[in-house]
Amino acid sequence: MNRLLIADLKRMWRQGLAIPLLLACGIALFVMSNSSVRSVENTRNRYYQQYRFADVFAGLVRAPQSLGNRIAEIPGVQRAQTRIVRDVLLDIDDMVEPASCRLVSIETDDPSPMNAVYLTRGSFPRDPDRSEVILSELFAEAHQLLPGDTIDCIMGGRKQTLRIVGVGLSPEYVYVVQPGLMLTDNRRYGVAWMPRRQMEAAFNMEGAFNYVSIQLQPHANTEEVIARLDRLTKPFGGTGAYAREDQESHLRVADEMSQMKTMAFVMPTIFLAVSGFLFNIVFTRLINQQTEQIATLRAFGYRPSEVGWHYVKMVLLLVGIGSAIGCLAGMRMSWWLTDAYIRFFRFPTIDYEFATRYAVIAILSAAAAAIAGTFAAIRKAVSLQPAVAMRPPAPRDYHGLWAERTGLSRWLSPVARMVVRRLETNRLSTTLSVLGMALGVAIVVLGSFFEDTIDYVVSFQFDKSQRQDVNLTFVETLSPSAVHDMQHLPGVSQVQPYRSAPVKLRHGRRTERLALMGLDEVPQLYRILDDQEKQVTFPVREGLTLSEKLAETLDVRTGDRVTVEVLDRRQFVKEMLVAKVFPNFSGPAAYLNRQQLHQLLQEGEQYSGAFLSVDPARLDQLYEEVKQTPTIAGVTDQSAARAAFDEAISESTSIMRVVYAVFSIGIALGVMYNCAIIILAERARDLATLRVMGFRRREVSMVLLSELAVITLLSLPIGLPIGYAFAYLTTVALDTDTQRFPLVIQPSTYAYATVIIVAGASLSALYVRRMLNSLDLVSVLKVKE
Amino acid sequence: MSTTKRGEKRTKVLFRATGVTKVYQMGEVEVHALRGVDLELYAGEFVVILGASGSGKSTLLNILGGLDVPTGGTVVFRDHRLTGADEDQLTEYRREHVGFVFQFYNLISSLTALENVALVADIAQNALAPREALRLVGLGERCDHYPAQLSGGEQQRVAIARAIGKRPDVLLCDEPTGALDVRTGVVVLEAISRINQELGTLTAVITHNAAIAAMADRVIHLSDGQISNIDTNDVRVQAKELVW
Repeated sequence: MNRLLIADLKRMWRQGLAIPLLLACGIALFVMSNSSVRSVENTRNRYYQQYRFADVFAGLVRAPQSLGNRIAEIPGVQRAQTRIVRDVLLDIDDMVEPASCRLVSIETDDPSPMNAVYLTRGSFPRDPDRSEVILSELFAEAHQLLPGDTIDCIMGGRKQTLRIVGVGLSPEYVYVVQPGLMLTDNRRYGVAWMPRRQMEAAFNMEGAFNYVSIQLQPHANTEEVIARLDRLTKPFGGTGAYAREDQESHLRVADEMSQMKTMAFVMPTIFLAVSGFLFNIVFTRLINQQTEQIATLRAFGYRPSEVGWHYVKMVLLLVGIGSAIGCLAGMRMSWWLTDAYIRFFRFPTIDYEFATRYAVIAILSAAAAAIAGTFAAIRKAVSLQPAVAMRPPAPRDYHGLWAERTGLSRWLSPVARMVVRRLETNRLSTTLSVLGMALGVAIVVLGSFFEDTIDYVVSFQFDKSQRQDVNLTFVETLSPSAVHDMQHLPGVSQVQPYRSAPVKLRHGRRTERLALMGLDEVPQLYRILDDQEKQVTFPVREGLTLSEKLAETLDVRTGDRVTVEVLDRRQFVKEMLVAKVFPNFSGPAAYLNRQQLHQLLQEGEQYSGAFLSVDPARLDQLYEEVKQTPTIAGVTDQSAARAAFDEAISESTSIMRVVYAVFSIGIALGVMYNCAIIILAERARDLATLRVMGFRRREVSMVLLSELAVITLLSLPIGLPIGYAFAYLTTVALDTDTQRFPLVIQPSTYAYATVIIVAGASLSALYVRRMLNSLDLVSVLKVKE
Repeated sequence: MSTTKRGEKRTKVLFRATGVTKVYQMGEVEVHALRGVDLELYAGEFVVILGASGSGKSTLLNILGGLDVPTGGTVVFRDHRLTGADEDQLTEYRREHVGFVFQFYNLISSLTALENVALVADIAQNALAPREALRLVGLGERCDHYPAQLSGGEQQRVAIARAIGKRPDVLLCDEPTGALDVRTGVVVLEAISRINQELGTLTAVITHNAAIAAMADRVIHLSDGQISNIDTNDVRVQAKELVW
């Protein structure tokens, strides 16, 4: 029997090659995605541990150093590290607009500081008489700055020159993102680490601090520590302590990773399922072709179980080959993908991991899918009476076929009738081919729809929703008169000031820290749109308007009441009504009419920032002015932000897009190749007959090609909706706490899938045509049907 | 009458084979299927090529029909040199001049009898009307039947009708009665003989059944890849008189 197994495999090597490759595609993708997610996660965890990423963080306005000692005495605290953190504007030679930078103090004499800086170039600052800094790597790279270079900084209204002595990374700023922006912009926002003494001098903070990080003892109660810490920092303008889980960089990295995980799970799972299913289809047809051989074996006296085992071995062998190729390819590609992710995130070292567990899952599920699918065919084969199986199949009656009833046949040439009738009488085999190819179409749609979705989100965000050219954030809140002056900045045609306040919203046991935005009733520049692109308005006295994501997080509905804890130096609590919940495509967000927010904060008109509409020709002048304005802490150029967003998105998704595109095309090709080979096998006799009769090669291949063409055409209207369904499943799976993706598939994506499939079908057809040309006419015809 | 006819036929040579050899490479073994065959076939004659299994008769037929090319020697059909022709030239040759009938009919199962014949009419220049071709083999009434609805003998006659549908110059039959019982075999041979006489098509039938030889003008005995003997029948026996 083993010899037969080898003979069978040799005979069907063409299919035998395509089937495991199909499976290998699914397994490789699954293994690759999960391995790289595991690798990135490991890398991050080790980085956090080695560089002592803190567990709890708290910001305040200004506190004496002695408070730091009291914080260190809180039960559960291992150690506390006080720091000075300030946002400043940088004037960089290669940029017209100012860049924003977060200056963070470091203790140069502490051998094992928390949130330690990993130097990738240069050295730590040594000269106490000069303003020396370490610059974050991505920012340094974006401006091609190296140790020894200098940058101008506007500190406390004074221009000061900083000397770069090192370039580095920190677990606290793995993902550096400017407050208020969706994604990182390495050109316009960076981090610089500066010795504490220099920072104290520059910001008049001698003996004081405004930031504290805490390392907890093992098993410490984080909630308890945060509560005590809040009580201690409150008198000093504490804005509320938060755990690592809420730390900005960590949150973003975790978010990105959970998205990666979902992506690593959903799409590859669909791919794996599809390839398993295709494996089924192909194998079922293969066994159906072998009915006679099975009968012969049975006639020789082989037991059904022995025949069954023969085919199970064949399945397992093919699964084995597919798994081996899939795992090896998956491992190789996961290194490559991990490297790409790590270039994006920046970690000092890489810990590769091969997701053995996932590989085992993939192989087992592939084997299970294959055996389950082939079981029916094997059982049918095993249960055949030898005499029945060796008899030719019952003649088919072609009367009463659809093509005959409708009279279509009368208009067709005999060759066309052959095609139509065969497709119709071999319904099962036609259906399986159409279904297989439809899945190929669907996979291509799945592999490429995400681009449309991202495009939509970008256009939603930047074209429809946020129509300002520039966003200014202020160091401290400003009065209306100061904002009024902004009208006179160069090129400014419209100003929309806003107020935002750090708050903690609480409903029952659920809480969320965020910036509560106070906006005009009908904002003109910075508009909030729901998922139907309708503008959300904020009438006075209506109450809070929450995004659906936030409402879900807090488990509130319109009409519920939530507790609003204001986290600036005033520190008070108030209950408020949820007036409206609207569905949107971004994360948790809360809005209030601006006047109402002023009332809530018990203040007059005070603004945290302003959105500006600016004449593009005069942006340069505007930035020149802004750089001289000490009250401005940050500037966001909308078109630059968009460009950065596009770049970041294309950087983070392009790899996966390419991978999915390649794999989906591979799977589609595999299906079509198989389809074509099976058709050729089933039709070899008819086609050889035509050749003998004097039909030219071109004419004979038309029979085969038109059959493939019909199957391809039938598969498109079925495959495109399945692709839509796959895409829908993906967006549902990607619907996380912080993000929701709309399901947008452009006609061009459907067109792309169609082109790929048609091209793939043509390629396979050409290949089969070559095989057809080398068909041994004589031997095909000499065999009894 | 047949004698005079045969005299006319002899004047026109359709095939001239000279020193034809065919060697197949079967793994490491060389199989000499034909070992130098010299042969002339004439327009309109009925030839039976007789030989045991493995004598090379099928190989010879395939070479004459343009399905295979010899290893050595030359085969000329009228002014076409079949030796050295490429695949496309052989296709054109089969298309214009050759009709094949095989042991296992090789009908297209999804086409009716009429459609199977019409298939050829589509590619031939001077085709018989498909119904006329079926009438010639005595199946005028069964045009709309599918192969599965016909008996073996009927299927073979459809195959003959299909082969002659394009009015070929030569009709090559490889064991046409091999899968049939005597009675149906006779009907099929009658049809072949009728075609030969009514259309004047050169007909070559290969068989291992010596009984069939009696209905031929000439009988070519093939053994071990060589022509051992050629008999000429003075009188052609009618198919229905054959006994085996």
